[in-house]
Amino acid sequence: MARIRTTVDGLVYEDDVEPRMLLVQYLRERLGKTGTVIGCDTSNCGACTVHLDGMSVKSCSVLAVQANGAEVLTIEGLERDGQLHPVQQAFHDNHALQCGYCTPGMIMQSIDLLGDNPDPTEHEVREGIEGNLCRCTGYQNIVRAVQDAASKMKPGAAPTAEAGAKQTVAGGGA
Amino acid sequence: MTTTENPADAPVKEIGRDRRRKEDRRLITGRTQWTDNKALTGLLHIAMVRSPFAHATIKGIDTSAAKQLPGIVGVYTAADIGADQVQLPCAWPVTKDMRSPQRPALAGSRVNFAGEGVAVVVARSAAIAKDAAELVEVDYDELEPVLDMEEALKDGATLVHPELGTNSNAQWVFDSGEAGSGGNATEAISKAESDDDQIVVRRRFRQQRLVPVFMEPRSTVVDPTGEQLVMWSSTQVPHILKTMLALTLGLPEHKIRVIAPDVGGGFGGKIAVAPEEVVTLLVAQKLGKPVKWTETRSESLLTAHHGRDQIQDLTMSVTKDGTITGLDVKLLADMGAYLGLVGPGVPILGAFMFNAIYKIPSYRFDCTNVFTTKTLTDAYRGAGRPEATFGIERLMDEVALELGMEPMEFRKKNWIKHDEFPYTTVSTLTYDTGNYEAATDQAMQMFDYDGLRREQAERRRRGDVKQLGIGISTFTEMCGLAPSRVLGSLDYGAGGWETAAIRMLPTGKVEVVVGVSPHGQGHETAFSQIVADQLGVGFDDVEILHGDTQSSYRGLDTYGSRSLAVGGIAVVKAAEKVIEKAKPIAAHMLEASEGDLEFSAGKFSVKGTDKGVGIQDIALAVFAAHDYPEGIEPDIDAHATFDPENFSFPHGTHLCAVEVDTETGFVSMYKYVCVDDVGNVINPLIVEGQVHGGLAQGIAQALYEEAAYDDQGTLLSGTLVDYTLPSAADLISFDTANTTTASTTNPLGVKGVGEAGTIASTPAVVNSVLDAIRHLGVKDIDMPTTPYRVWSAIQKASGTSGRADEANVASPGAGLGSTARDMPEGGNL
Repeated sequence: MARIRTTVDGLVYEDDVEPRMLLVQYLRERLGKTGTVIGCDTSNCGACTVHLDGMSVKSCSVLAVQANGAEVLTIEGLERDGQLHPVQQAFHDNHALQCGYCTPGMIMQSIDLLGDNPDPTEHEVREGIEGNLCRCTGYQNIVRAVQDAASKMKPGAAPTAEAGAKQTVAGGGA
Repeated sequence: MTTTENPADAPVKEIGRDRRRKEDRRLITGRTQWTDNKALTGLLHIAMVRSPFAHATIKGIDTSAAKQLPGIVGVYTAADIGADQVQLPCAWPVTKDMRSPQRPALAGSRVNFAGEGVAVVVARSAAIAKDAAELVEVDYDELEPVLDMEEALKDGATLVHPELGTNSNAQWVFDSGEAGSGGNATEAISKAESDDDQIVVRRRFRQQRLVPVFMEPRSTVVDPTGEQLVMWSSTQVPHILKTMLALTLGLPEHKIRVIAPDVGGGFGGKIAVAPEEVVTLLVAQKLGKPVKWTETRSESLLTAHHGRDQIQDLTMSVTKDGTITGLDVKLLADMGAYLGLVGPGVPILGAFMFNAIYKIPSYRFDCTNVFTTKTLTDAYRGAGRPEATFGIERLMDEVALELGMEPMEFRKKNWIKHDEFPYTTVSTLTYDTGNYEAATDQAMQMFDYDGLRREQAERRRRGDVKQLGIGISTFTEMCGLAPSRVLGSLDYGAGGWETAAIRMLPTGKVEVVVGVSPHGQGHETAFSQIVADQLGVGFDDVEILHGDTQSSYRGLDTYGSRSLAVGGIAVVKAAEKVIEKAKPIAAHMLEASEGDLEFSAGKFSVKGTDKGVGIQDIALAVFAAHDYPEGIEPDIDAHATFDPENFSFPHGTHLCAVEVDTETGFVSMYKYVCVDDVGNVINPLIVEGQVHGGLAQGIAQALYEEAAYDDQGTLLSGTLVDYTLPSAADLISFDTANTTTASTTNPLGVKGVGEAGTIASTPAVVNSVLDAIRHLGVKDIDMPTTPYRVWSAIQKASGTSGRADEANVASPGAGLGSTARDMPEGGNL
């Protein structure tokens, strides 16, 4: 077992984890952060995408111990005072989800994309989310949503949503 | 765009509005209830031990090492939990003499496909269970795999199930001459062969094997600790699952509760009574503890049912001026190792769709279902209709070519004209409404068909490396499954009705319980719109309850684009009953006679006065029940079951342009236009989304996806690295539109939309790929038209490459799908 200390969606957690435990397993099984889901076992689908210190990662491809000392943001930490993140709102407004299984990862990846490129073309959106698979939408409305969100977000505003109050929860979810 | 509110005093018609979905809020914030999220105190986890061999006898299983692992609760073989005695159900015996093997929940003495479960490990955690599963030692004696459908039917072939004496599951024949719906196709084609004014065109097409790949892997949790055994499962069919568990396992049906919580896609792939669901239940019963099974993606690709997989031999006779005189369809359909819930019936649905939108005087359909040692096949989006639509729409292009006719002109000459509806087809269906001319005219205009043809000619003239191809698919399909009597005539094991119940709550809010079970379709939004209009209540005052057999005790679930065209009509019927029940109470409250009342916008009014009472007020009045008429019950709740009189027949014209790089074989989507007639539209946003997603899956069959096996029966495309789902970067934005002819067989005038995009798009894409390179001598390319296959076809046609001999440029007809050879280098991208 290894001791890790991470901040997830603004709360600090300390836990003993198996060295082989994946970050996505830690989030789901130990912290109850079931908003982040697992869609494959080869890091192709991107359903488990979260932000690790402000960068999007596929949390099935990161060990929980690698998140030691880091800040993790999941889909569950995006809302601020009941206000949806502009990308969440845009997914709703543009019917960019059907079954919703890929949606958390898709939204997290889209936020990361807009952080890098606040005004992407359709082609840039498609390239930027190609590591996230969706089986329902044909991607068209997802692309629309990302561009819609871009038009509503000030350039570079995306990462600010990731700041939040911190509390320590020792052994949370163990 | 923003959501607009609907104040109660200013009723706006909800049907037809592009309402944003009610379902979204939870899904975009991660407050979801996927089955795998379920955590129960004392929950145990299972992992399956699976056969690496396609065909083998089991000589022995040694579980001792696995049992030593700390955290292991038990390791069970089939016999330990009675899983080998189970007969998993097939609800569609397509012929009286259909041959059905026993399909156990775990294999006892023999495995019949790679991935079949042979033992189960139970542990405190999923990780320990997986570790232990790898320690289970199984001693196999390998048998010959059975992989090629044509070989499998030959005398002396290795038998998948020796006890059946054959690899043929069933043969199902329709002959319009015998049915009296047309002439004898064999005679018509034979006559055409000796007629100088006719030609006969024969083609063999291959429908490759696909995997549905719902994004949420399957998961099941069983809690046996209560009075009712509760199963949460990632299923499309909670009601069917409940009844089938009772029938299959001999459990009292009233002691089972099935819940389909949030379900992450299905596409037909979750229409099943899965062996893993049964194993989870058996283990939970044995241990008296809640148990969870969640598959990995690789397990899902290997063992969740596949779809399609047909060899199609098609013959069409046609006069030289382009009038079809006969169509003969011979199919071999790969069932895989066992029969799924509706598997044998899937190719048979195609019998009614090969004639498509065309007036075909003589038609014959002959399908043989074949067992092989592969994963079983069953419904995948479209189920039988995409296969048929691909066959006929590819063939229409081929015949047009032989005739020297423009492919759209050939279609126009043979399709049913708008003033000929209702039209009874040669396969005995009656199409109620449609207008193929209108959809086609609009699509051609949106596509700039003539302009693209000019561009194509220009590129040809210049000899561009990137050639342009244009493909057509003018399709119809039968959906809204289905009239119960028709299903009965096809020997299906259930009806096709659907149920809804409406509960009027004391505060005026409305709960609607439906028997259909959504997994992404937006039922909560669309049905709320219907109820809002029917009862004149606010969209946000309506809650749609589904997917739990405790609240929704009666239903036949979601597949076959039936949820709106059947389930939505049940909602309408239930609302009508609510109004009927409320009427005498309204009359009593208004001191008027029922005959003087009219109901509009949620309110009963006395004609010619300003007196009225709202239905939500009546709900409160019957709750209090202080004052209501004699002789009636103080209750305006209602329950209705709707059994459709006919299928619904959406149709449309799909036009695709692709660029083919003649040096690399790489195909890029260039333009895609479709105009679909899905009848009246409840929510245009949801309809558009269904079309987009359907197109993506149909295009993926044409260009990207294949479940490929090697010559030992090992699945080669067993991960998402190898099974190439399209990403956003592979697709383009589609131009979609609707024309509308309202269905006349249901009060909303709606038709199904869930499968249309998938059914229509595949032939449009393949026709366009061929159209781009036919001038180079290429005649056909098997799906998926990967760069390697396209490049090889070009090389072979131009006679420049020795390697091209290895390529599969003509339809191979082999059960292997010829993919094993070119997969390693022929992968997409």
